[in-house]
Amino acid sequence: MSLFNIFDISGTAMSAQSLRMNLTASNIANADSVAGDEKSAYKARQPVFSTILEEMGQSEAAGGVRMLAVVESKASHNRRYEPGNPLANDEGYVYDSNVNIIEEMTNMISASRSYQNNVEVINTSKDMLLKTLKLGNG
Amino acid sequence: MPDLDRLFGVHPQALIMRSRRSSVLAANIANVDTPNYKARDIDFKEVMSRQVQPPSIRIERSNPAHIALPSNITTTAALKYRIPQQASLDGNTVESQVEQGQFAENAVRYQASLTFLNGKTRSMLKALSGE
Repeated sequence: MSLFNIFDISGTAMSAQSLRMNLTASNIANADSVAGDEKSAYKARQPVFSTILEEMGQSEAAGGVRMLAVVESKASHNRRYEPGNPLANDEGYVYDSNVNIIEEMTNMISASRSYQNNVEVINTSKDMLLKTLKLGNG
Repeated sequence: MPDLDRLFGVHPQALIMRSRRSSVLAANIANVDTPNYKARDIDFKEVMSRQVQPPSIRIERSNPAHIALPSNITTTAALKYRIPQQASLDGNTVESQVEQGQFAENAVRYQASLTFLNGKTRSMLKALSGE
Protein backbone atom coordinates (compact mmCIF):
# COMPACT_ATOMS: atom_id res chain seq x y z
CA MET A 1 0.00 0.00 0.00
CA SER A 2 1.82 3.04 -1.26
CA LEU A 3 -0.06 5.48 0.90
CA PHE A 4 1.63 4.02 3.97
CA ASN A 5 5.04 4.66 2.40
CA ILE A 6 4.29 8.35 2.50
CA PHE A 7 4.47 8.36 6.30
CA ASP A 8 8.01 6.97 6.09
CA ILE A 9 9.09 9.28 3.29
CA SER A 10 7.71 12.46 4.81
CA GLY A 11 8.79 11.35 8.29
CA THR A 12 12.43 11.06 7.23
CA ALA A 13 12.16 14.45 5.55
CA MET A 14 10.73 16.00 8.72
CA SER A 15 13.50 14.58 10.88
CA ALA A 16 16.14 15.76 8.37
CA GLN A 17 14.66 19.25 8.33
CA SER A 18 14.48 19.41 12.12
CA LEU A 19 18.14 18.38 12.34
CA ARG A 20 18.88 21.20 9.93
CA MET A 21 16.95 23.57 12.22
CA ASN A 22 19.05 22.32 15.15
CA LEU A 23 22.26 23.12 13.29
CA THR A 24 20.92 26.56 12.37
CA ALA A 25 20.01 27.20 16.01
CA SER A 26 23.49 26.15 17.09
CA ASN A 27 25.05 28.43 14.46
CA ILE A 28 22.95 31.43 15.46
CA ALA A 29 23.57 30.81 19.16
CA ASN A 30 27.32 30.72 18.57
CA ALA A 31 27.45 33.64 16.16
CA ASP A 32 29.16 35.82 18.76
CA SER A 33 31.41 33.17 20.29
CA VAL A 34 35.09 34.05 20.22
CA ALA A 35 38.23 31.99 20.55
CA GLY A 36 41.96 32.60 20.97
CA ASP A 37 43.00 31.02 17.67
CA GLU A 38 41.50 30.39 14.27
CA LYS A 39 41.42 26.62 14.66
CA SER A 40 39.24 26.56 17.78
CA ALA A 41 36.92 29.41 16.70
CA TYR A 42 33.35 28.30 16.04
CA LYS A 43 32.70 27.23 12.46
CA ALA A 44 29.20 27.34 10.94
CA ARG A 45 27.80 23.86 10.37
CA GLN A 46 25.62 22.85 7.46
CA PRO A 47 23.88 19.54 6.77
CA VAL A 48 24.29 17.53 3.56
CA PHE A 49 21.10 15.73 2.54
CA SER A 50 20.89 12.64 0.40
CA THR A 51 18.07 10.44 -0.85
CA ILE A 52 17.52 7.02 0.69
CA LEU A 53 17.71 4.72 -2.31
CA GLU A 54 17.28 1.39 -0.56
CA GLU A 55 14.02 0.51 -2.29
CA MET A 56 15.23 1.33 -5.79
CA GLY A 57 14.16 -2.13 -7.01
CA GLN A 58 10.50 -1.17 -6.71
CA SER A 59 8.89 0.50 -9.67
CA GLU A 60 7.99 3.59 -7.71
CA ALA A 61 11.44 3.75 -6.08
CA ALA A 62 10.34 6.56 -3.85
CA GLY A 63 12.85 7.39 -1.19
CA GLY A 64 13.04 9.50 1.92
CA VAL A 65 15.84 11.79 3.01
CA ARG A 66 18.74 11.26 5.34
CA MET A 67 21.50 13.49 6.57
CA LEU A 68 24.69 12.27 4.95
CA ALA A 69 27.14 14.50 6.79
CA VAL A 70 27.59 17.77 8.58
CA VAL A 71 30.14 20.04 6.94
CA GLU A 72 31.90 22.97 8.56
CA SER A 73 32.06 26.28 6.78
CA LYS A 74 35.49 27.16 5.34
CA ALA A 75 34.84 30.90 5.44
CA SER A 76 37.60 32.99 6.99
CA HIS A 77 37.35 34.21 10.59
CA ASN A 78 37.32 37.82 11.53
CA ARG A 79 40.19 38.84 13.86
CA ARG A 80 39.64 41.54 16.45
CA TYR A 81 42.08 43.30 18.76
CA GLU A 82 40.74 42.84 22.29
CA PRO A 83 43.61 42.61 24.75
CA GLY A 84 41.23 42.71 27.72
CA ASN A 85 39.43 39.53 26.68
CA PRO A 86 40.51 36.51 28.74
CA LEU A 87 40.37 34.38 25.55
CA ALA A 88 42.75 36.68 23.63
CA ASN A 89 46.03 35.22 22.39
CA ASP A 90 49.51 36.51 23.24
CA GLU A 91 49.20 39.33 20.73
CA GLY A 92 45.80 40.37 22.13
CA TYR A 93 43.61 39.14 19.28
CA VAL A 94 40.38 37.12 19.44
CA TYR A 95 38.79 35.25 16.52
CA ASP A 96 35.08 35.54 15.78
CA SER A 97 32.99 32.65 14.51
CA ASN A 98 32.46 32.51 10.74
CA VAL A 99 28.65 32.31 11.02
CA ASN A 100 26.78 34.42 8.49
CA ILE A 101 23.59 35.44 10.27
CA ILE A 102 21.71 36.31 7.07
CA GLU A 103 22.52 32.91 5.60
CA GLU A 104 21.35 31.23 8.80
CA MET A 105 18.07 33.12 8.88
CA THR A 106 17.23 32.18 5.29
CA ASN A 107 18.22 28.60 6.06
CA MET A 108 15.89 28.59 9.03
CA ILE A 109 12.96 29.88 6.96
CA SER A 110 13.64 27.34 4.22
CA ALA A 111 13.85 24.47 6.73
CA SER A 112 10.63 25.43 8.49
CA ARG A 113 8.75 25.79 5.18
CA SER A 114 9.96 22.38 4.00
CA TYR A 115 8.95 20.89 7.34
CA GLN A 116 5.46 22.37 7.02
CA ASN A 117 5.14 21.02 3.47
CA ASN A 118 5.86 17.52 4.71
CA VAL A 119 3.35 17.86 7.54
CA GLU A 120 0.74 18.84 4.95
CA VAL A 121 1.62 15.83 2.82
CA ILE A 122 1.19 13.52 5.81
CA ASN A 123 -2.14 15.12 6.74
CA THR A 124 -3.49 14.76 3.20
CA SER A 125 -2.36 11.14 2.97
CA LYS A 126 -3.93 10.41 6.34
CA ASP A 127 -7.24 11.84 5.12
CA MET A 128 -7.00 9.75 1.95
CA LEU A 129 -6.35 6.60 3.97
CA LEU A 130 -9.18 7.23 6.40
CA LYS A 131 -11.59 7.86 3.54
CA THR A 132 -10.41 4.65 1.88
CA LEU A 133 -11.12 2.73 5.08
CA LYS A 134 -14.69 4.00 4.99
CA LEU A 135 -15.11 2.80 1.40
CA GLY A 136 -18.36 0.90 0.92
CA ASN A 137 -19.96 2.15 4.11
CA GLY A 138 -22.38 4.22 2.09
CA MET B 1 -16.37 -12.05 -10.12
CA PRO B 2 -16.05 -10.50 -13.57
CA ASP B 3 -19.41 -8.75 -13.29
CA LEU B 4 -18.41 -6.89 -10.16
CA ASP B 5 -15.16 -5.89 -11.85
CA ARG B 6 -17.18 -4.39 -14.66
CA LEU B 7 -19.41 -2.62 -12.17
CA PHE B 8 -16.51 -0.74 -10.60
CA GLY B 9 -15.03 0.11 -13.98
CA VAL B 10 -11.63 1.72 -14.08
CA HIS B 11 -11.75 3.14 -10.55
CA PRO B 12 -9.96 0.36 -8.59
CA GLN B 13 -6.93 0.60 -10.91
CA ALA B 14 -7.17 4.38 -10.81
CA LEU B 15 -6.99 4.28 -7.00
CA ILE B 16 -3.86 2.11 -7.11
CA MET B 17 -2.16 4.40 -9.59
CA ARG B 18 -3.21 7.52 -7.66
CA SER B 19 -1.78 6.16 -4.42
CA ARG B 20 1.49 5.22 -6.20
CA ARG B 21 1.66 8.65 -7.73
CA SER B 22 1.07 10.33 -4.40
CA SER B 23 4.00 8.43 -2.89
CA VAL B 24 6.25 9.51 -5.78
CA LEU B 25 5.13 13.13 -5.33
CA ALA B 26 5.64 12.87 -1.56
CA ALA B 27 9.22 11.72 -2.22
CA ASN B 28 9.72 14.77 -4.45
CA ILE B 29 8.46 17.08 -1.73
CA ALA B 30 10.60 15.28 0.87
CA ASN B 31 13.73 15.73 -1.25
CA VAL B 32 13.22 19.42 -1.96
CA ASP B 33 16.61 20.27 -0.38
CA THR B 34 18.59 17.22 -1.49
CA PRO B 35 21.39 18.12 -3.92
CA ASN B 36 21.23 16.36 -7.32
CA TYR B 37 17.80 14.87 -6.66
CA LYS B 38 15.74 14.63 -9.84
CA ALA B 39 11.98 15.07 -9.45
CA ARG B 40 9.92 12.26 -10.95
CA ASP B 41 6.31 11.66 -11.77
CA ILE B 42 4.07 8.92 -13.11
CA ASP B 43 2.44 9.65 -16.45
CA PHE B 44 -1.05 8.79 -15.26
CA LYS B 45 -2.73 9.13 -18.63
CA GLU B 46 -0.30 6.79 -20.33
CA VAL B 47 -0.42 4.14 -17.59
CA MET B 48 -4.21 4.19 -17.43
CA SER B 49 -4.65 3.97 -21.19
CA ARG B 50 -2.40 0.90 -21.19
CA GLN B 51 -4.49 -0.46 -18.34
CA VAL B 52 -7.81 0.06 -20.09
CA GLN B 53 -6.61 -1.11 -23.49
CA PRO B 54 -3.92 -3.73 -22.95
CA PRO B 55 -1.43 -3.89 -25.83
CA SER B 56 -2.68 -6.12 -28.62
CA ILE B 57 0.80 -7.52 -29.23
CA ARG B 58 1.18 -11.00 -27.87
CA ILE B 59 4.30 -13.04 -27.45
CA GLU B 60 4.20 -16.69 -28.41
CA ARG B 61 5.71 -18.77 -25.61
CA SER B 62 6.84 -21.99 -27.25
CA ASN B 63 9.34 -22.80 -24.52
CA PRO B 64 8.71 -22.73 -20.73
CA ALA B 65 11.91 -20.70 -20.32
CA HIS B 66 10.44 -17.83 -22.31
CA ILE B 67 9.47 -14.86 -20.21
CA ALA B 68 5.85 -13.76 -20.40
CA LEU B 69 4.81 -10.16 -20.82
CA PRO B 70 3.76 -8.60 -17.53
CA SER B 71 0.00 -9.08 -17.30
CA ASN B 72 -0.50 -6.24 -14.90
CA ILE B 73 0.90 -2.99 -16.24
CA THR B 74 0.50 -1.17 -12.94
CA THR B 75 3.46 -3.06 -11.48
CA THR B 76 5.74 -1.49 -14.05
CA ALA B 77 4.48 2.05 -13.87
CA ALA B 78 6.42 4.38 -16.09
CA LEU B 79 8.32 6.84 -13.96
CA LYS B 80 9.47 9.91 -15.80
CA TYR B 81 11.78 12.74 -14.86
CA ARG B 82 10.26 16.16 -14.59
CA ILE B 83 11.73 18.95 -16.69
CA PRO B 84 12.26 21.93 -14.40
CA GLN B 85 11.05 25.38 -15.36
CA GLN B 86 14.10 26.88 -13.76
CA ALA B 87 17.12 24.74 -12.99
CA SER B 88 18.80 25.19 -9.63
CA LEU B 89 22.56 25.29 -9.05
CA ASP B 90 22.72 22.21 -6.81
CA GLY B 91 21.26 19.94 -9.51
CA ASN B 92 17.94 19.54 -7.74
CA THR B 93 14.94 19.67 -10.08
CA VAL B 94 12.17 19.74 -7.46
CA GLU B 95 9.96 22.78 -7.72
CA SER B 96 8.02 23.00 -4.52
CA GLN B 97 5.00 24.81 -5.96
CA VAL B 98 4.65 22.39 -8.87
CA GLU B 99 4.89 19.37 -6.60
CA GLN B 100 2.40 20.80 -4.11
CA GLY B 101 -0.05 21.55 -6.90
CA GLN B 102 0.30 18.09 -8.39
CA PHE B 103 0.00 16.45 -4.99
CA ALA B 104 -3.21 18.34 -4.20
CA GLU B 105 -4.65 17.53 -7.61
CA ASN B 106 -3.77 13.88 -7.19
CA ALA B 107 -5.39 13.76 -3.75
CA VAL B 108 -8.61 15.31 -5.03
CA ARG B 109 -8.77 12.87 -7.95
CA TYR B 110 -8.12 9.98 -5.58
CA GLN B 111 -11.10 11.09 -3.51
CA ALA B 112 -13.18 11.48 -6.67
CA SER B 113 -12.51 7.84 -7.53
CA LEU B 114 -13.44 6.90 -3.96
CA THR B 115 -16.70 8.80 -4.28
CA PHE B 116 -17.52 6.99 -7.52
CA LEU B 117 -16.80 3.63 -5.91
CA ASN B 118 -18.98 4.52 -2.93
CA GLY B 119 -21.81 5.49 -5.26
CA LYS B 120 -21.50 2.20 -7.16
CA THR B 121 -21.58 0.11 -3.96
CA ARG B 122 -24.54 2.10 -2.68
CA SER B 123 -26.55 1.54 -5.85
CA MET B 124 -25.60 -2.15 -5.83
CA LEU B 125 -26.74 -2.52 -2.21
CA LYS B 126 -29.95 -0.73 -3.04
CA ALA B 127 -30.59 -3.14 -5.91
CA LEU B 128 -29.83 -6.10 -3.63
CA SER B 129 -32.13 -4.99 -0.83
CA GLY B 130 -34.98 -4.68 -3.35
CA GLU B 131 -36.99 -2.09 -1.51
